[in-house]
Amino acid sequence: MTNTLDNTTTEPGRGMRFTGWAANYVDERTSASTAVKTLGRKIFPDHWSFMLGEVALYSFVVLLISGTFLTFFYDPSMTEIEYEGSYLPLKGIEMSVAYHTSLDISFDVRGGLLMRQVHHWSALLFVASVGLHMLRVFFTGAFRKPRELNWIVGFLLFVLAMALGFTGYSLPDDLLSGNGLRIIDGMIKAFPMVGVWMSYLFFGDEFPGTDVIQRLYVLHIMLLPAILIATLAIHMVLLVVNKHTQFAGPGRTNDNVVGSPVLPVFAAKAGGFFFLVFGVIMLIASFFTINPIWNYGPYDPSPVSAGTQPDWYIGFADGALRLIPPGWEFVAFGYVWPMNILVPTVVLIVLLVAVALYPFFEAWVTGDKREHHIADRPRNAPTRTGIGAAGVTFYAVLWAAASSDLIATHFGMSIEGVIGTLQVLFFVAPVAAYFISKRTCLALQRKDREIALHGYESGRIVRLPGGEYIEVHEQLSDYERWKLLDYNEYLPLTVRPDDTGRITVGTRFRATVSRWFFEDRVEPITNKELEASKH
Amino acid sequence: MAQKPPSSVVVASEGHHESEPGTAVVATGGVQNPGLEPEHQRITDLDPREEKKAERRIALFFSLSIVGSLIAAVSYIVFPIIPGDMQSVRLNNMFVGLGAAIGLLGVGIGAVNWAKSLMHGHELVEERHPTRGDEETRATAVEMFSQANRESGFTRRSLVRNTLLGALVATPIPAVVLFRDLAPAKDPIALMKHTMWDTGVRLAKDPSGIPIKASEVTIGSAFHVVPEGLMELEKHRLEEKAKAAVLLMRLPIEDLNESPERASWSYQGIVAYSKICTHVGCPVALYEQQTHHLLCPCHQSEFDVANECEVIFGPAARPLPQLPITIDAEGYLVAQSDFTEPVGPSFWERER
Amino acid sequence: MTTFARRSGRRHPLTFALLLTLGLFATGGIYAATSATMASAETTPVAFESLVDEGEKLFMANCASCHGMSGEGSEAGPTVIGVGALSVDFQVGTGRMPMAASGPQAAVKPVQFTQPQIDAMAAWVASLAPGPGLPEAKYYDAEGDAAGGAELFRINCAMCHNVAGAGGALTEGKYAPHLRDLQPIHIYGAMVTGPQNMPVFNDMNLTPEQKNDVITYLKYMDKNPSVGGFSLGSLGPVSEGLFIWLIGLGGLIAVAIWLTARSN
Repeated sequence: MTNTLDNTTTEPGRGMRFTGWAANYVDERTSASTAVKTLGRKIFPDHWSFMLGEVALYSFVVLLISGTFLTFFYDPSMTEIEYEGSYLPLKGIEMSVAYHTSLDISFDVRGGLLMRQVHHWSALLFVASVGLHMLRVFFTGAFRKPRELNWIVGFLLFVLAMALGFTGYSLPDDLLSGNGLRIIDGMIKAFPMVGVWMSYLFFGDEFPGTDVIQRLYVLHIMLLPAILIATLAIHMVLLVVNKHTQFAGPGRTNDNVVGSPVLPVFAAKAGGFFFLVFGVIMLIASFFTINPIWNYGPYDPSPVSAGTQPDWYIGFADGALRLIPPGWEFVAFGYVWPMNILVPTVVLIVLLVAVALYPFFEAWVTGDKREHHIADRPRNAPTRTGIGAAGVTFYAVLWAAASSDLIATHFGMSIEGVIGTLQVLFFVAPVAAYFISKRTCLALQRKDREIALHGYESGRIVRLPGGEYIEVHEQLSDYERWKLLDYNEYLPLTVRPDDTGRITVGTRFRATVSRWFFEDRVEPITNKELEASKH
Repeated sequence: MAQKPPSSVVVASEGHHESEPGTAVVATGGVQNPGLEPEHQRITDLDPREEKKAERRIALFFSLSIVGSLIAAVSYIVFPIIPGDMQSVRLNNMFVGLGAAIGLLGVGIGAVNWAKSLMHGHELVEERHPTRGDEETRATAVEMFSQANRESGFTRRSLVRNTLLGALVATPIPAVVLFRDLAPAKDPIALMKHTMWDTGVRLAKDPSGIPIKASEVTIGSAFHVVPEGLMELEKHRLEEKAKAAVLLMRLPIEDLNESPERASWSYQGIVAYSKICTHVGCPVALYEQQTHHLLCPCHQSEFDVANECEVIFGPAARPLPQLPITIDAEGYLVAQSDFTEPVGPSFWERER
Repeated sequence: MTTFARRSGRRHPLTFALLLTLGLFATGGIYAATSATMASAETTPVAFESLVDEGEKLFMANCASCHGMSGEGSEAGPTVIGVGALSVDFQVGTGRMPMAASGPQAAVKPVQFTQPQIDAMAAWVASLAPGPGLPEAKYYDAEGDAAGGAELFRINCAMCHNVAGAGGALTEGKYAPHLRDLQPIHIYGAMVTGPQNMPVFNDMNLTPEQKNDVITYLKYMDKNPSVGGFSLGSLGPVSEGLFIWLIGLGGLIAVAIWLTARSN
């Protein structure tokens, strides 16, 4: 049973005949034609902000490719040997095999340094794009039903990405990442009751031990990537099942998807974008140094470098540690509670849990159980945008704190001044960011309202017979007006007694939160106003 | 324009299902969706010459890609690494990478160009189906489970079911226990309370291991110190160093405020403090000889050496432990004993 | 897309960009014109009876206001009795002295004296009392052991100056400067004399050969730029993270906007 191909107008050439034969061969064994039928012309909407997830996916693929190359040359053993490679300032120095092989990749394997740099730059890009993608999903409300579970899956991916990054940059066993491990060890030891035992288990001995790099290696190349790939598969399957959200626009409803089909346009653009992402990473890796491990030297508990920071995505945790004032520790019944470690740890966990659970919180507040496939413009969800802005600012303050010493040297300030300022901003900045963004959203909504009703200022001044000057406004086209008007609006919940006639505490609380969310609103345009504006 | 909300809410359900909308209202003011915009004609759709130009441009990008990939392969050979010549490493990195980058970017730009200028541009519409299965499917699914339940007796046979659940919960327990030997058998708490320092152990320089005489430590000096013998250890050198690293400084005696109990711990203004930060364990090594501040570069904890290294800024909660020192018969600096408290970050059992 | 097509407004679409560019050029130009660096004072060489006398006269004219007429110090500056010729060579040779205002951080400034003048002042200060003098040339010829020097640098110097000598923060607004492109004698001088808040590294702590090894390592760093490409200031993950967000992700967003834009 051969397939006939539609787009040949003449006799099929040899190439086409082979393709036909091959397609038939595969289909008879795999039902491939079913897959093509289901997926081949699936529609994907076109907006640049929808491509951030693609940046993440493609940089992950780049990580897999470059990482595989590195595994052929890297050895995670912590056995001590003398350096015999070609980098002069480390000749004869005692170091672990892990550090030695990392240096060999950099200095003695052709293309080795390139692959190392591609790998590390790609890792930074991976976590950054995951983070920005999450922000896009948040600010457009794409986490609402039916995508709440995919938000959780995505959150897991974010955590896994950070874990992969941390385990990865610790593998060269250099001074910088080794001090990072030392800090993690200190944090683990601070845990009540089980801290020291957990540290001992993780490192296999007193710090630093001779096992930890190998254990991190197993996590980094086997366990974590496997879990991530499985989680990513779930993420993509849910994306295909739920279909992608789209922004409001002419012809777009909550019940359709408008865009380009997978074959050929979306495949060409998405496939092309993969090459562009890979190409950009390769370009950066060719010209910009990343993690010059040869400068740091092998890990030793005695030396340390000024400007000791983790990779950027761990910065918020490092910064949280730096913001604690002196003396936060107490002893109770002979046992030590290092609050200077425990408080930042709890704060970070609370932040992450809040991020993970936000969709359920918002669903509870609105009570909206419909499916949502139209992405919100952030201005049309002012409180959510304000909360998001506050969250981003909170994260940014912690992140900035991690580079406090570099901020001090580069802006001529004292480290005490920088940290003191950030300690204040920790409390003040998120609140300020909330208010500013919420008010900005409401103002933008008012502007949209004006434009939808009265159109643009056209620049033409007309003098009326009575002597007054007016500026002529040009009305929007129907298409443009639709974009402004198609959004979800909510009212605050009105409190009603339930079946037994009581108003529960839960309902009252929910109404209070709902009021906080939706009390300040710009009234949507009514039909009457629209008619009136068309004079 | 905040107003008092009306007492009832408007339901707008365009979909096939009555999902509860909560407190949602319709916002469109009665305006209808105008439908898709008319198809946008590109210059390549209208002018066949432009179409040909686009084709040639795309082919050019793909050709550049081929050139780039070849450059990368050739550069690998033409720019070899000469051991010890850093410039050769640099050139290899740059040219192989640049070639590969052109190879990749060429494909990407060409493919995107193709999609944008030549491929059929108009927007297509695909209908969504409600995510929940339709009633029939759901009923069938429920029936399948019910049938399986009837055939196995899962809900009915409570003894079988409960013992199964118990067995499933118990099976992973050995796996948890199996991880115990990730840690050695020694008691970690005891290990954390002792370092290599002991009575009479000389203070030696890091990394040479040469012992230090008191006369060598002039005012304003900062010596990085390990116990004598540590650098010669075959095993466990880094683990011992991670506890025993010490910073040795000399201050003018009049600047040193010592409590009476510790007056004998220093020697003529020479003091020795643990270099392991009491915050999370980085080496505290930035010594400012005029201000006598000791700064940790990791999280900016500051200790005042003139006042028994009390914490004056930053997240550390405890002062650095002091190593009691004196001199031996030949004038070398020696420890009087081990540290009198565990060094490094705090932990649960520290005070016991 | 949610943006509107540009209508015929009052301004050309590029007006904003043009005005911004003009404004930036104007402010930048005014700043550059008014902040021309002061030319260093040219002192005409005068013949003196001896180096020490020349040094004394230079000291009286330039240093005594803070360091005292006999070098004994004052409220504004510490004594220079016993600091030795090496201190003078370092402080004056790197432009740190004369200080613009007294304080704990002496910043590097344009050097205000010629080397013969510096030698003269150094000779006079050395004549006040014994102190560290200039070492033999073989101890700062940068022909030592770069690997040994690198190891010593990491243990003794990197915590303030950063592993690559990029500099770092100290307490209360002070900083340890970067160590790029320094003269070997000045590196040596700093290690021995412990300027400002830097600790003293006497010859028992770091032997003269070890000091030369450290100098050798720093010169190696100067002569061998990073093999990986531009070093982004050798500041580590902070600059790398900033770069990937602004250039990497920013660039890819620009690509994505191009990719999803309508073709003309």
